[in-house]
Amino acid sequence: MEELSLHILDIVENSVSAGATLVEIRIEYRFGEKPWLTITVRDNGRGMSPEVAGRVSDPFYTTRTTRKVGLGTALFRQTAELAGGSFRVWSEPGKGTEVTAELNPLHLDAVPMGDLGGTYGVLVQTSPGVELVLHAVCDGREFTADTRQFREILGDVPLDTPEVIAFLTEFVRENFAEILRGSPLA
Amino acid sequence: MKSLAELQALRDQMKDQMGIRHDAKDNIRVVVGMATCGIAAGARPVLQRLTEEVAKRGLKNVTVAQTGCIGICQYEPVVEVFENGKEKVTYVKMTEDKIAQVVAEHLVNGNPIVEYTIGAAQAEAKD
Repeated sequence: MEELSLHILDIVENSVSAGATLVEIRIEYRFGEKPWLTITVRDNGRGMSPEVAGRVSDPFYTTRTTRKVGLGTALFRQTAELAGGSFRVWSEPGKGTEVTAELNPLHLDAVPMGDLGGTYGVLVQTSPGVELVLHAVCDGREFTADTRQFREILGDVPLDTPEVIAFLTEFVRENFAEILRGSPLA
Repeated sequence: MKSLAELQALRDQMKDQMGIRHDAKDNIRVVVGMATCGIAAGARPVLQRLTEEVAKRGLKNVTVAQTGCIGICQYEPVVEVFENGKEKVTYVKMTEDKIAQVVAEHLVNGNPIVEYTIGAAQAEAKD
């Protein structure tokens, strides 16, 4: 994957497949002495047993019956580890799953975040009935995109109206660029 | 920068256009493969362009949705078009430009672009 936001899209698709009704994505950059990026995706889906959770980033393990490989989390792990970071999965049946990737965003082999707005827009559009909360922080500056708040404002107008999706995509793109302003990634 | 006040303005604008719905029978459902294979091959910009084109042309009878891996990862990004009473059309190796052409030729004019379908791709592979 060429962008971290594509990994996020892929991981959230897993949450949606696991029956989640609420998915929280947290992205936190810190550019202190040790530049660090933490990406967490937490859902309230059906969760996994410790045995399954321990094997999700094994590319030759999948619960699917239609094929024998499951590459999504394995690729995300590789992306994190190549940039000096780590990857872990917490899960509990009936409670949900939390996937965390940490890496050095300034590492030579770090993959850029890419089009986070595009990922958010596509997820909102293709996951009806799932509440998606995106919270991004960069050295204290932050913003939140929350479908529950958007739904409240929109009233009868559906969230997946193309014009609304275009707005939400830009909303995330602009706010994300704004919090990164002045950082080494700007 | 986009603000929530702007979203309110958009809502008021959209409210007037609501209720203009086509008959269910001329509904077209367009599905984009969004599993790991699809995403890695470029499904996100394809889905975004598809949504933009549908919005731009005001195609109220078109629904855009996603699906998982359908087992032809080497042909991703894959887009399937479902129309009532017609055979499903499977487009493969889609790009932003190709999907824009599919919207114009297939969804608007009703002529599937055979060249971009899986049948054409498989025939080419055999040659």
